[in-house]
Amino acid sequence: MLVGLLLQGLQMALVLALAPLLVGWVRKVKARLTRRRGASVLQPYRDIFRLLHKEAVLADNASWLFRVAPYLVFAAIWVAAALVPTYATSLAFSEAADLIVIVALLGSARFFLALAALDAGTSFGGIGASREMMIAALAEPAMIMLVFSLALVAGTTSLSAVAEHMLTGDVGLRVTLGLALIGLVIVAVAENGRIPVDNPATHLELTMVHEAMVLEYSGRHLAMIELAAAVKLVLYVSLLGTLFAPWGIAQFGAGPQALAIGIGAWVGKLAVAGLLLGLFETSIAKMRVFRVGEFLGAALLLGLLGTLLLFVSRNL
Amino acid sequence: MSVHVCLFAIFVLLSGCPAGIWAARRPGGSALIYSVCAAVAAVMAGTALGVLVRPGETAGAVLPMGVPWLQAHFEIDALSAFFLLVINLGALAASIYGMGTGRSEPEAGRILPFYPLFLAGINLVLLAADAFTFLLSWESMSLASWALVMAHHRQSETQRAGFVYIVMAAFGTLALLLAFGLLAGTGGNYAFSQLRQAGPDAGLGVVVLLLVLIGAGSKAGLAPLHVWLPLAHPAAPSHVSALMSGVMTKVAIYALLRILLDLLGGVQWWWGALLITLGALTAVMGVLYALMETDLKRLLAYSTVENVGFIFIGIGLGMAFQANGMNAAAALAYSAALFHVLNHSWIKSLLFLGAGAVLHATHERRLDALGGLIRRMPYTAFCFLVGSAAIASLPPLNAFASEWLTLQAILLSPDLPQWLLRFLVPAVGALMVLAAALAGAVFVKAFGIAFLGRPRSAEAEAAQETNRHAGAAMTMLVVLCVLAGIFIGPVLHVIQPAVAAIVERPALPGFGIADIAFVAPTGVGGGSYSGFFVFLFVAMSAWGAALAIHRGASRATRRSPAWDCGFALNHPAFQYGAGSMAQPLRRIFGTVVFRATETVEMPPPGSVEPARYCTTQRDPAWDLIFTPVAGVVAAIADRIDGLQFLSIRRYLAMMFAGLVALLILVALWR
Repeated sequence: MLVGLLLQGLQMALVLALAPLLVGWVRKVKARLTRRRGASVLQPYRDIFRLLHKEAVLADNASWLFRVAPYLVFAAIWVAAALVPTYATSLAFSEAADLIVIVALLGSARFFLALAALDAGTSFGGIGASREMMIAALAEPAMIMLVFSLALVAGTTSLSAVAEHMLTGDVGLRVTLGLALIGLVIVAVAENGRIPVDNPATHLELTMVHEAMVLEYSGRHLAMIELAAAVKLVLYVSLLGTLFAPWGIAQFGAGPQALAIGIGAWVGKLAVAGLLLGLFETSIAKMRVFRVGEFLGAALLLGLLGTLLLFVSRNL
Repeated sequence: MSVHVCLFAIFVLLSGCPAGIWAARRPGGSALIYSVCAAVAAVMAGTALGVLVRPGETAGAVLPMGVPWLQAHFEIDALSAFFLLVINLGALAASIYGMGTGRSEPEAGRILPFYPLFLAGINLVLLAADAFTFLLSWESMSLASWALVMAHHRQSETQRAGFVYIVMAAFGTLALLLAFGLLAGTGGNYAFSQLRQAGPDAGLGVVVLLLVLIGAGSKAGLAPLHVWLPLAHPAAPSHVSALMSGVMTKVAIYALLRILLDLLGGVQWWWGALLITLGALTAVMGVLYALMETDLKRLLAYSTVENVGFIFIGIGLGMAFQANGMNAAAALAYSAALFHVLNHSWIKSLLFLGAGAVLHATHERRLDALGGLIRRMPYTAFCFLVGSAAIASLPPLNAFASEWLTLQAILLSPDLPQWLLRFLVPAVGALMVLAAALAGAVFVKAFGIAFLGRPRSAEAEAAQETNRHAGAAMTMLVVLCVLAGIFIGPVLHVIQPAVAAIVERPALPGFGIADIAFVAPTGVGGGSYSGFFVFLFVAMSAWGAALAIHRGASRATRRSPAWDCGFALNHPAFQYGAGSMAQPLRRIFGTVVFRATETVEMPPPGSVEPARYCTTQRDPAWDLIFTPVAGVVAAIADRIDGLQFLSIRRYLAMMFAGLVALLILVALWR
């Protein structure tokens, strides 16, 4: 139990510590690919530190919800990330929540962020909240259908158990897993507000979604939101890694050596994923907001198709 | 014993009906009536809880009333006790709310006599143990609620709502009447104990199923019979809306369970297929209507339609499992459905009471005339926020737990042998999670537009916090919603006797009174969820982060005008409204289902006319079903109209012909 708690604590600390680094790494990759030198990979840490020590400016009619929301958003995403096996399965809290709960926790974070966007009563906040909820209303069911198909393959919705099942090797290559991978990547791109759905680098553009929502935020509140967004990226990358590249994850009762390998493998996966994300984002243009529906509809149908196939035969 | 307590309580409620006429003319009279109703509801809820906690005994009573050869039978078993508990907690909250707002009600004389009658009717439906008492109670519930809907009868909107409601209610009762007739057969035994044994043959069973779906489904708001619901529920005074949406729809669910699973019995797998299909369509249609709605109370009524869909999915899954002998899975699905009955009853009562508080403070139901209420009505806003988060199925609140259980039941369904079900269940699951995700968007809109931002009208600007009775009623429901979400095990434990009354079941893991921490319905290695730990975990993380930042970093705060990217025009009309919030999703879903259109009318250059942006949408249920049916009925009525103006010879000839036809029919029947 104590070991489980320690591992859990270590994971939460690691997720938090590495999240800005991943963001910095993706930015660096994108900068190099566009023949710029780019900021240091440590720049996000400096940004967050700077924001934390500045005074927070609140809009005149911002209510308590506006001040509470950043902490709630951060906590919900952090807890969700703590529940995804990154370097070891069977963490202390993994029984408290399965994959469906993780998806729902991210939904809670989004709910409060969208409300906070409406709180100041500005038109940009409204545009962000309304579009974010459109994206969410399509991405969330797609995610749950993908969870269904994974759960049917593994026989459970518990993420630790799914990860261990993927590690056993008797899963093999399956059509449904392929469909799930594509679907999950689409959902991950949309949920993290990356190109082609949203552009994390943009500002003062009518097409922005996430940035429009957090436009009124400043100081420590903005730092929490930036950090939460970075943790969310780590969460999705770890989730993809755990499900589709589970190699190196330490299993229940593993020794320190296995844990070290697990952490090393995880950092390696984050680096590769950051590289791929940077490549993907530089090679594609942002799409119109109203085409996002088709993009995410594809993920939803992939998830539904995978689940249907598994209802027909457990071996597909 | 418990049934006698309940019958006495109902007698008190019934005597509250004439007392209401007296009380309406006196100051303090309404508070008296509502406090009596609240006390009665508390007593009934306590009694029902007692029956659930100490299961085994089914208490019955027979009163010498009603039809001469059939006395009035009453009985409490676990199923009715569960619904009594749910309903009376909702009624308690609504009555407490009534104590506060009843004083300023201009039409007290049209509400006070019918309110106790409505409560009595609802409770009697649950206690009734023969068809006659059941239908009588059902109809008195319908008529009392119709009278309450018509309380503000001078508004033309209310008149239309009342007309549609009474037609649908009469139609639904007729369907139930015929269903009971078929169940009883020719013997005339209308007591439930005899109906259970009688059991019609398979062919008639189908007809009974369809009739019950029409009768109970129309009351619950099953699509496409939901059309009266968003008209009638909002038209009533708000605490009555809470009762109609939170409580009366659950009575309809009870009727469905009682007649189909208890009296009719012999569950077929295709019943389940039918119910989950209808449930999924209801859920998605309901939430899409809610998404496009701009009236707060109508939005809540449409959200009720959506949640009734969820409950039907749970019940249908249970039926499909039960018909295939998978009793553990059936128990899980029924538990999820009954848990959602409880959750939705509390959440929707809470939200309607919150909407009532807003309506009372601003005299506005249009979302686009509200805004900024979180600063003027902070407590109401907090309660409404909890309700919104709960109904958007966010963890760790209660509706998420029941949705999670339903999803676990869906994941058990690949073991079903029928191919139709195997294709249907994943699609139903997808529609269900789509509806749940859209509900998030709906309630971001509802709360965000009504309570956040800046006031969009002078009324919203001048709003005052609600009275303490309304605050107390909402607090009670908030506490119930939060506790039911965090301590899932004990709540499921209380539900289990009711589930056991429907399906023989093995004990489900994690449903004990002591299982506070985890629910793991599919056993070791399956998915598990702990509302308690998730709550603790999120609360501690948020609190820890806030503390660390306030201690270690900056806590300085400054107020300034909203930045909004330097956008200088600061009029409240520049905020997003209810229509614009829904625009992206309306473009995606509405154009197909509702034929939603957007038109922009630009004034000619140089004109100072305002530009206009109009959206229209059509309701397919009206277009495809109700308008044609109404047309046919009107056409037939026109034809028959001629019969009024015949000579007496012709009338006599027709009577003679009718008699002969009936005699021939009887001769053939023998």
